[in-house]
Formats: sequence, structure tokens, C-alpha cells
Amino acid sequence: MSSSTVAPTKAPKLRKTSELKPRGFGAWVAFIAVLLVAIGWLFPFWMAVANALKTQEEFIANGPLSFPTQPTLEHLIKFWNDVNFPQKLWNSTWTSLGAAVLTVTLSFLTAYAIGIGKVKGKVWILGFFMVALTLPQEAMIYPMYIAAKSMSLYDNLWVIVIIFGVLQTAFGTYLLSSVLTEFPSEILEAAKIDGANAWRMLTDVVLPILRPTLLVLLTMVFIWNWNEFLIPLVLLPSNDNQTVSLGIAVTTGQWTTEPTARAAAALLGALPSLIFFLVFQRSLMRGVTMGAVK
Amino acid sequence: MSTVAASETKVKNQARQPKKKSPINADKGQRLYYLYLIPGLFLFATVIGGSFFFNTYVGFTKWNGLGSPRWVGLENYIKLMGDNVFWESFLHAFAFIAAMSIIPTFLGVFIASFLFDFVGPRFGNRAASALRAGFYMPQIVPLTITGILWAWLLAPTTGVINNFFISIGLPQFALNWLGEGNLAIISLSVIMVWIQIGYTIVIFMSGLSRLDPSLTEAAQIDGANWMQRFRIIILAQLGPEIGVVLLTTTVAALKVFGPVYVMTGGGPGTATVVPSFFSYFHFFTTTKVGYGAAVATVLSLLLTILAIVILQVQNKQNKAANER
Repeated sequence: MSSSTVAPTKAPKLRKTSELKPRGFGAWVAFIAVLLVAIGWLFPFWMAVANALKTQEEFIANGPLSFPTQPTLEHLIKFWNDVNFPQKLWNSTWTSLGAAVLTVTLSFLTAYAIGIGKVKGKVWILGFFMVALTLPQEAMIYPMYIAAKSMSLYDNLWVIVIIFGVLQTAFGTYLLSSVLTEFPSEILEAAKIDGANAWRMLTDVVLPILRPTLLVLLTMVFIWNWNEFLIPLVLLPSNDNQTVSLGIAVTTGQWTTEPTARAAAALLGALPSLIFFLVFQRSLMRGVTMGAVK
Repeated sequence: MSTVAASETKVKNQARQPKKKSPINADKGQRLYYLYLIPGLFLFATVIGGSFFFNTYVGFTKWNGLGSPRWVGLENYIKLMGDNVFWESFLHAFAFIAAMSIIPTFLGVFIASFLFDFVGPRFGNRAASALRAGFYMPQIVPLTITGILWAWLLAPTTGVINNFFISIGLPQFALNWLGEGNLAIISLSVIMVWIQIGYTIVIFMSGLSRLDPSLTEAAQIDGANWMQRFRIIILAQLGPEIGVVLLTTTVAALKVFGPVYVMTGGGPGTATVVPSFFSYFHFFTTTKVGYGAAVATVLSLLLTILAIVILQVQNKQNKAANER
């Protein structure tokens, strides 16, 4: 048993390394060139890190390009406290997640009717969502502003959960429908023969199989919600209710004269997204490619 | 993940077989599925649809946001036609289409095929994906944060870029990047290229991964050089992706708002005003709400046309894929 199971797992690994093409001098030059370009691409982020960690004196003495010789967390801590960063992190996290859960739920139900139920007019429903997906938020924001004010949802984080939860449904439905349209029909037939109704089929058959795709959608929509700007800008005026991307954008103006503080703001604002990306990279990449060509 | 992928391919093979008729009570069961449409469609129609239709109505009125809107018919649209800033904003939108769609697509195809076809086979797929992740990084950060970062990098005296030019002895290149008319829109465009390229690389690399490696190998044996292979095989294979990426990024370019708001506020003067910013400006600064709504409606119309084009292209691609 052991020898036969070990062999096939080892073999592809061996083949893989020997499959690599020879790399001559030219190949190395080309590789190093593209590596340098990629590093250059990340240079702006490095500048944020380097200068956020510099003392004010060092910045004045050596300018922005130097390497921080006496790194300090002073600016980061000051900015963290000044804008009440934990509050903004919390606001962004729960609203983005809440809206993403709402989006996935609504999209899944709609896509179930379209992909599995094959309801009549599904082409029109999908076309409608596709058009809605391209509409600019400016064409909705003022009525939302008026409605939120009249329903005392203005400056209330729940308004963001509802709006984004519903808004991203256009994309979610589009994505999930295309996946569910190709759902293996023999599984559905088998479930029907076992006497499962539509709801049982959704919870016991389709949901477990689709779970990975739903998680991909959840991560994607989460990061989109996190990055949203216009709607929070209009609907969340007070400091305590601002999200990361909004709060940092509107408060940073106060620090324009202090470059190190500005770097600290940019770094703190970018950090959660970068960490999220490193953790969920595979999911996100899959989602991005699924969303584009389907 | 793998189960879905496996079942997907299974279904594709099955699709060619004639469909079996469902059991007798299928019709009743089928109608039940409409229930599942209700929550999504209802909420979407009220929250998004309602807002959109009310905005379209406001576009035909004069309103400062207080009291009730007064119907003025086409007045706002007639005014728009004669408003230079309106036309200017669409001109700037074209700069953004170049910066967010055309240039990143062009560069993305090259970089993606280089990473996939050259780096991958020689230095391993891990090296290729690590480089891809590097290019993708700017995509993941909120646009407003990116804006703050770049506004600081480009700052006239304390900024990194100008300090760099001065330190290498080229002070004549130390410019007011975001503060001078034509230069500001060029700076914004360059930043958008920096942001967007990761997206195109990711899409094109995934497109290339479904390319049959025996094709390129055969071409290589036939003596085709890299440029020929690139043209004949890679470009031809990536056709569908290139089309979709060009269209969807054009949509994104026409909607751009955050970076402009954060970095230049539409200025200096009106040098970087884009349609969405122009609309926002009239909603909340001049409070000519009807006028702002009219701008948003024009933009929506344009984007709807693009959406219909996208749908047509995708339909065509789906048909082509089914025939293959």
C-alpha cells in the first residue's frame, strides 16, 4: 500500500523540476528585468513604510528616499489614536461583512431560481442586473441621501449594510447564475427521485456543493465594500461612523504639512487590505477571474 | 473547489445529450422557483431601482434639495449642452479610458504572456505568481488610500518624486505634478495605469492557463520565434478576455470618482473634473440637484449602452464556446 501511494505523489514533483526549461544568460537578464519592474511597482508602498517609521528630524535631514535609521512607531501610534483607528476598523469590518453576507444570501436565492429553477425570463433578469451593474452610483446617491434622512438612517452604519448588500447582488447573481446553470443535472435528478423539494434541494444538495464558490464571492464582495467611497462619504458624515477608506481620506487633509504623518496615514489605511490580500489571495484571484470571463 | 471544477467539466460533456423530460409535476415545481426571486428582486427594485428612477425624474426638475422639485422639462439638458465643463469632464473621461482600459490592456497582455510563457516554464510557476501578486498589490488597496499615498509622493516640496529628481541632479523635472492644468490629468492617468495593470495581468494569465501548451510547443518546433508565437497563438487565444477586459475597464474608467476627489478635487480649476465628480459637485456644493441629476443620467445612458455591448459580446462568446 505505502509504496504504491507514495510513488505517484512524488513522481509529479520530480517531473516538475526536470520539466523547467534551461535558463541561459538572456533568460536571467529578462527575469531580473521584470523582477525589478515588479519591485518598482511596489516602491510607493515602500515609501509609505519607510517614511511612516522615520522621525520628523530624520525626514528633514535626509529627505523621503533614505532608509529609516532609527525607526519609530510614534507617527503610527499618534495617527492611530488621533483618528480613533480601531473604531474605523470595526466600522469597516462589520458593515463590509454584513453587507457581503446579505449579498451572498440574496444572490444565491435569485441565482438558484435562474440556474436551477430555469425560470422563464431569466435572460431578462440577468440582462437587467448586468445593466444595473454598470450604473454609476451618482445616479442613485441623491435619492438615497434624501431617503436615508427621512427614515433616520442618515449617519447610521446600517444604511451602508443595506445599500451595499443589495447593490452588489447584481454582480453576485450574475456570477452565481453562470455557475449554477452548469450544475450537474444528474445530482438534481437523484435528489428529486429521493423526494426532495426545492428548498431541501437548496439546503442539502446545492448549498454544500456551491459553498467554495459562495466563499469566493463573499471575500470579493467584502473587499469591494471595504473599498467603497462615494456612498459612505455622503451618508456617514460623523467621525465615529466613518469607515477606513473614508475616514482616512477625509481626515488626512489636516496633516498635509507633515509628510511623515501622511505616510503613516497611507500605511495604516492600506495595511488591513494588504493583510487581507495575503491571507485570501487564492480566493480573490479566483473570484476576479471568474467575474471577468463567464 | 476541485469538486465544482470537476462537475463543471462533466456538465459540459453532458450538455450535448438531448435533455430528458422532467417528471409530471415539473410545471408546478417550476412555478415554485419564482418565490426565490422575490427577496433579491424586490430589494433591488426598491433600493437601487427606486433611487435610480427618482434621480432620473430629478434630472427634469429644478431643486436645491429642500422642499419639492419643480418640473422644468429639458431645461437642465439644454443647459448641459452649452456647459463647457460638462464637455470637458467627458474629455477627461477619455483620458481615464486610455489610462484605465487601453494602456493597461496593452501592457497587461505583454506582461502576462511574459510571466506565463517565459518566466513560468523557466523559473517555476511560483516565481510567476509571486510577480503577478506584486503587480496586483495596488488593486487591493482602497482607491482613496492610494490617492493619499500618491498625492504625497507627488507633493511639490516634500514629495518623493521631486526629491528624487533633485537628488539625481535634474531639478528641472521637479514639477507641481497635481497642481498644473495639463500635468495634473497626466499624473492622474499614470497613477491609474499603475493601479489597473494588475487586474489585466491576472485576467490574461488565467486566460493563458487554459491555452493548450502543445500549441506553443508545436509552433516552437515549427521554428516560430517568440514574437510570432505571441501574435499567432497568444493574441488569438486571449481574444475573448481582451474584449471583456477592455469593456469592463472602460465602464470603470467612466465611473471614476474617488481618486479625483482625493487627489485633485477636480482641480486645478476644472482641469481634472470627470463626469461623476461634476455630478457630485452640483449635488452637494452648488446644490443644483436637478443639474447634477441630469449629468448622472447622461452618464448612466452612456454606461447602459456599454452594458448592452458587453452582453452582446458575451452572448457571442458563449455561442462560440458552445460550438467549439
